[in-house]
Amino acid sequence: MGIFIDKNTKVIVQGITGKQALFHTDNMLKYGTKIVAGVTPGKGGQVVEGVPVFNTVAEAKKKTGANASVIFVPAKFAADSILEAINAELDTVVCITEHIPVQDMIKVRHYLKGKKTRMIGPNCPGIMTTDECNIGIIPGSIHKKGHVGIISRSGTLTYEAMYQMTNAGIGQTTIIGIGGDPVKGTDFIDALEAFNKDNETEAVLMIGEIGGNAEEDAAAWIHANMKKPVAAFISGRQAPPGKRMGHAGAIISGGKGSAADKIKALNAAGIEVADTVAHMGETMVKTLKKAGIYDECHNC
Amino acid sequence: MNIHEYQGKEILRSYDVSVPVGKPAFSVEEAANVAKELDSKVIVVKAQIHAGGRGKAGGVKIAKSIDEVKNYAKELLGKVLVTKQTGPEGKKVNRLLVETGCKIKKELYLSFTVDRTTAQTVMIGSEAGGMEIEEVASYTPEKILKEYIDPFIGLAPFQARRMAFRLNIEPALVNKAAALMMGLYRVFVDKDCSLAETNPFVLTEDGNVMALDIKLNFDDSALYRHKDITELRDESEEDSKEREAAALGLNYVNLGGNVACMVNGAGLAMATVDIIKHYGGEPANFLDVGGQGSAEDDAKAFKIMTEDGQAKGIFVNIFGGINKCDIIAEGIIEANKMLDLKIPIVVRLDGTNVKEGREILRKANIPNVIMVESMTEGAKKVVELVKDA
Repeated sequence: MGIFIDKNTKVIVQGITGKQALFHTDNMLKYGTKIVAGVTPGKGGQVVEGVPVFNTVAEAKKKTGANASVIFVPAKFAADSILEAINAELDTVVCITEHIPVQDMIKVRHYLKGKKTRMIGPNCPGIMTTDECNIGIIPGSIHKKGHVGIISRSGTLTYEAMYQMTNAGIGQTTIIGIGGDPVKGTDFIDALEAFNKDNETEAVLMIGEIGGNAEEDAAAWIHANMKKPVAAFISGRQAPPGKRMGHAGAIISGGKGSAADKIKALNAAGIEVADTVAHMGETMVKTLKKAGIYDECHNC
Repeated sequence: MNIHEYQGKEILRSYDVSVPVGKPAFSVEEAANVAKELDSKVIVVKAQIHAGGRGKAGGVKIAKSIDEVKNYAKELLGKVLVTKQTGPEGKKVNRLLVETGCKIKKELYLSFTVDRTTAQTVMIGSEAGGMEIEEVASYTPEKILKEYIDPFIGLAPFQARRMAFRLNIEPALVNKAAALMMGLYRVFVDKDCSLAETNPFVLTEDGNVMALDIKLNFDDSALYRHKDITELRDESEEDSKEREAAALGLNYVNLGGNVACMVNGAGLAMATVDIIKHYGGEPANFLDVGGQGSAEDDAKAFKIMTEDGQAKGIFVNIFGGINKCDIIAEGIIEANKMLDLKIPIVVRLDGTNVKEGREILRKANIPNVIMVESMTEGAKKVVELVKDA
């Protein structure tokens, strides 16, 4: 189980002939992900890493029955690749590419309205449903199958959280990196909603950061709708206002989007927030114990 | 990326958005010549720096004669202006904008920016022009008016008119105000702005609608398609080391303390800065080496972090996802050799190839390189060592 992807997900790699894409295609295949096709316009007919390459997403879908794609296309062309995947009516599209212009993403989001596609990213590490399917660049060696979902705006903090939880004996269902850009396909609430419905998931860890108010919105949503316990971490407590802290989306502007505001909103919704990045696993354990489900989630 | 006000006004002019007549000046003499050319009873001399709040900090002067223009130019050029947005260190004024003054009947606020929640461009207007819009928004939110823009249609003229009427602009000037909005929206979209703001835009006594001040910020990710904008870059306004790092594809942010942080990933960078502070330290900077760097890249990263002598210790906090701990370990050794670093380097490695990475460092046995088992231990250690330094 888990959310958005599972062992039946068949994946197209868009931009498969690029160096990074080849490296990660190899890793995904090793993980057991069903990579059924690649797409690079003009390179149709080739076979790379044992995967057939097609000129268009529509053709790749038709010939292989693929229902998802992962995008490793350079930023200049990535928005167009997302549009192509949405147009081909794939269920899930994961965009790893960083530095896509915001105006391009606004158009993509608008095009997505009313379509069946679930888009994840851009500027994200991807999504993994443990021991079933890994789409993107999340290392395949630090997870443990279990009952806790992870949602994160940051790539490396996703890995930190997985690693800390695995070391604490807490397994995971699905790990989803939603990306560090201001305009993206999937936000906290979309993923929380899915985890809320997922039978395997017993609790959720959400990792946010400064900028925007997605964490505050998520806190309100959790308070009103979430049936499962949630723990959190927010990075950027010490970020000076007006400074872009590495992620395009991580900037405190106009006094809004500070870590203090977010932590306050999460605490008000009854969500425990880890003091430092090193305490994410511990905070999850505490939350599970408080909810009385630690035993079910520990070394299961 | 930011540009100067006078550059923004040039762009607006090319989109037929009305702005005061004026020109930049880099010297007192030039300022006087521009003023003579303008031939106006009232001349405004404005300091050009990449920060707002100039008026309150004394960076905007009203002159009634050429002599006054000269005096103000003399006063402002070379002066370090400290505004609400510059930080305590302020910014040095190297350029001026000299322009004609006008008789203002009403000051208003207008901007375009991206609303993350709806993933749309939003036009924001307010009758509280010339004030800090953030304060207006938090104390009197009812004074903030919004129009959300369909990206496939763009700002529709009816939306611009509606905004103008809601701003209580007199009917005779509504079309001129709407034209200003349409023009500024075209600039926002055509130039991939992240913010296009005029505060204030004014209704003048002679029946004009004019952008009196303008601030344009650009989406760095879209600069590749705007050569005209990148040419406007004023490097003296930017942190030289942040620029140097960016040229290497590394992400560096200067923070002013004494613990340098080398990390991978923006989220971990922020979280590392936080944990240093949590244990009582002051981060000097962070440098994000990103997903994959060679040992030489890492060495260059160390150079950027330490060359100004501000850092008294380095915290290397790496979780090997894509990048591998053994490569980072080699980078540390390489950098230490190249730069002959004397300050302590506390290293926390975890993730891919961690065993190999730790083994490499252990074998190298460098006295100022201290390996730790966890992030918490590392943060505490580097804070302690820097205090003793």
